Amino acid sequence: MVTALVIILLLPLFIGVGLYLKASPLFEHQSLLNLITTTEWLPHEGKFGFWPFIASSLYVTLLAFLFSAPVCLLAAIYLTEFSSNRLIRIMHPVIDILAGLPSVIYGVWGILVIVPFVSDLLVPAVNTKSSGYTIMAGGIVLAVMCIPYILNMIIEVFRTVPVGLKEASLSLGATSWESVKHVVVRKSYPGIISAFGLGIAKAFGETIAVMMVVGNMVQAKFNPFEAGYPLPALIANNYGEMLSIPMYDSALMFAALLLLVIILIINLIFRYFIYKTRAR
Amino acid sequence: MIETMEQANTEVNSDTSILKVHNLNVHAGEHHIIKNINLEIPKNKITVLLGPSGCGKTTLLKCMNKLTDLYKELKVSGNIYIEDDDILNTSTNLPVLRQKMGLLSQRPFPLPVSIFKNVAYGLKLKGIRDKKLINYSVEKHLRETGLWNEVKDRLHDPATSLSIGQQQRLCLARGLAVKPRIILADEPTSSLDPTSSKIIENRFRDLKKQYTIILVTHVLRQAVRLADNVVFMYYGEIIEQGKPEDLFNNPETEKLRKYMLDGN
Amino acid sequence: MNQRKILEEKLFKFLSGFAAYSLIAILAFIIVIIFLKGFNSLSWEMIFKTPKGGYYYGGEGGVLNAIIGSLYIALGATFIAILIGMPAALYINVHLIRQKRTQNTIRYFLDALWGIPSIVYGAFGFTLMLYLGMNASLLAGIITVALLITPIVVRTFDEVLNTIPIGLHEAGLALGSTKAETGFKILFKQGFPGFITSVLLAFGRGIGDAASVLFTAGYTDLIPVNLDEPAATLPLAIFFQLGSPIPEVRERAFAAAAILTIIILIISLGARIISKRYSKSNIK
Repeated sequence: MVTALVIILLLPLFIGVGLYLKASPLFEHQSLLNLITTTEWLPHEGKFGFWPFIASSLYVTLLAFLFSAPVCLLAAIYLTEFSSNRLIRIMHPVIDILAGLPSVIYGVWGILVIVPFVSDLLVPAVNTKSSGYTIMAGGIVLAVMCIPYILNMIIEVFRTVPVGLKEASLSLGATSWESVKHVVVRKSYPGIISAFGLGIAKAFGETIAVMMVVGNMVQAKFNPFEAGYPLPALIANNYGEMLSIPMYDSALMFAALLLLVIILIINLIFRYFIYKTRAR
Repeated sequence: MIETMEQANTEVNSDTSILKVHNLNVHAGEHHIIKNINLEIPKNKITVLLGPSGCGKTTLLKCMNKLTDLYKELKVSGNIYIEDDDILNTSTNLPVLRQKMGLLSQRPFPLPVSIFKNVAYGLKLKGIRDKKLINYSVEKHLRETGLWNEVKDRLHDPATSLSIGQQQRLCLARGLAVKPRIILADEPTSSLDPTSSKIIENRFRDLKKQYTIILVTHVLRQAVRLADNVVFMYYGEIIEQGKPEDLFNNPETEKLRKYMLDGN
Repeated sequence: MNQRKILEEKLFKFLSGFAAYSLIAILAFIIVIIFLKGFNSLSWEMIFKTPKGGYYYGGEGGVLNAIIGSLYIALGATFIAILIGMPAALYINVHLIRQKRTQNTIRYFLDALWGIPSIVYGAFGFTLMLYLGMNASLLAGIITVALLITPIVVRTFDEVLNTIPIGLHEAGLALGSTKAETGFKILFKQGFPGFITSVLLAFGRGIGDAASVLFTAGYTDLIPVNLDEPAATLPLAIFFQLGSPIPEVRERAFAAAAILTIIILIISLGARIISKRYSKSNIK
């Protein structure tokens, strides 16, 4: 039994080391800083600037966060404070299913619904041209995918607020909304932030759904209605040519290593936060 | 000696009662927790709701400022009149009516803000922004509960940095800051050490000159110490009520007699 | 003053209610679209035949290759995940029952593991594959997916076991069973429904994940006969065929999407029903 546990716990280490070994040839030609900050992506010439991909990832994740965070917060408030028990019972399986739907299904939905939505409704509204396969589409799809995770965590946090605190607030003359605003949400700040952090970590690593709607063009532009190319998509799209171009495989493994490290760090930080507040 | 319920009620003159409970019934699913209670609470007195655990005294207290709204399983029917307003059947005036009563719970529940902001919370809800007024009120009510000297140098520290006894007094100060008429106290000393308990009990004796206090307790001795008026409950019904001397020296019912024996 | 408060409360009640209900609407929307597109092409032929003429260009046949491939991989991976994950979870809850701090530290790391995206597992699996000289195959796919879902099995099973009161352990030990016996017999029995739930969840993840099998399982029109052959999977069947210029091929993609969605729906609802039903017979 112990061996099983040890194997599992050492897994990220194995993965990290494995990926690092595969990526190491890259470091002979470019420094780490250089790899992360330059924008030239010319594999045939051995130039690997990862910044456009990192930037795309950041951009798509940011959009997903901006769209999902308020929805999650509001929905969690409604479900814990204002709604009937019946609604909560219906919502549990709804959230479960949303969380369980595979990435590729969200991708199909994204292509069928979100991409046309962006190209036919949003793009004319801001007066540009676009195919719809954009960072915006990626952000929207990703937002929907993150919502069940963040929502569940926030609901759990809200449930830890003691009833007595709400009673105290109400007896002082607060309306139920004011109690939510001043007491419930206030008390839950650390938990809410952690939920958001973990949601962001998940968004950062999502591959297939985003890949199907984001356009996959290497560029680092600010316009959300342009195509993007997040880090996971880079890996997934190019594994076929990986072995034919020298050092391309190292580059892709490096991208995977980057993802691993970034997400692991975010997870470790925010989960530490959660454990600390739970202990109190 | 008090012979019947009716006599007990006439002892408490309707003109001096500040809160009237009328045909109150509370159900939790199948359980009938409060069985058709009628009660009048006299002004400027300490009324003690006494009884064994589970008899419904806390539920009764929570009906009085309609906190039962927080518990979705509870179905409440009847009327509770706070100086002519029926709190159970009003919708828009609820927060205002609730401010006529202050709540002190079994455990202190300081808001997640500073000591100062805790006491100022009620004023903020009322929309008062005048800083002088707020400072004055905070100081006044902290003095009223004997906390001022202990906290005046750290008003902006988080309320959770206080000891439990201090936190409870803070909650009392906070409740008083909205100028209620009635103080609802749900076993307020049960989580406190004897010294802090004594402080709170002494405060109550002073406070009853200005406020009406409804105190829930299951500690017989506390009832004996504090009560002007006792209501003895058992499984959702009022069994006996009246002046403490009358009740405790000559308990009418077997239930009260048994309760007193167990309690001592 | 009062008016403004009432308005504010009404506004937020409305907004938050809207947010909550819209989630139900979004789910319904997704499922309806997938089914609308997929049901037309769902036929016995679609489910029980493999594609003919090349999966990207050939318009005939169905997606049986993907269905079987996915089942093989998901079952294989789940089996391995249980083999490794179950003892691990039991260990945490039996041998470490007194060491709360160690327990919490381990749980903390397990949770962080859960967050690793599947593409990383896929990339690592690929690296491993090359290192071991394996081809893109059923076995490689199974191993990679197993790595992905083992943390899920451990953590969800651990959560279930955690809710079993300590008294039960102690009763077992007091009656003379060894730690291992207590582990397997008593905890496992109590935690059985939770075990089923965690297995279902892991299986669901294993069958629906694309990024982990993308590099490792390969893709083929055929049904693999031994572990060394490449295997098609439902997610990849969708992913690869969706962009085909030939409508019949796209039809297969939609059908695969509908099938996959149905499988996930059954698993999710099944897991919830099981945990609800058995929680009543549990000792609290």
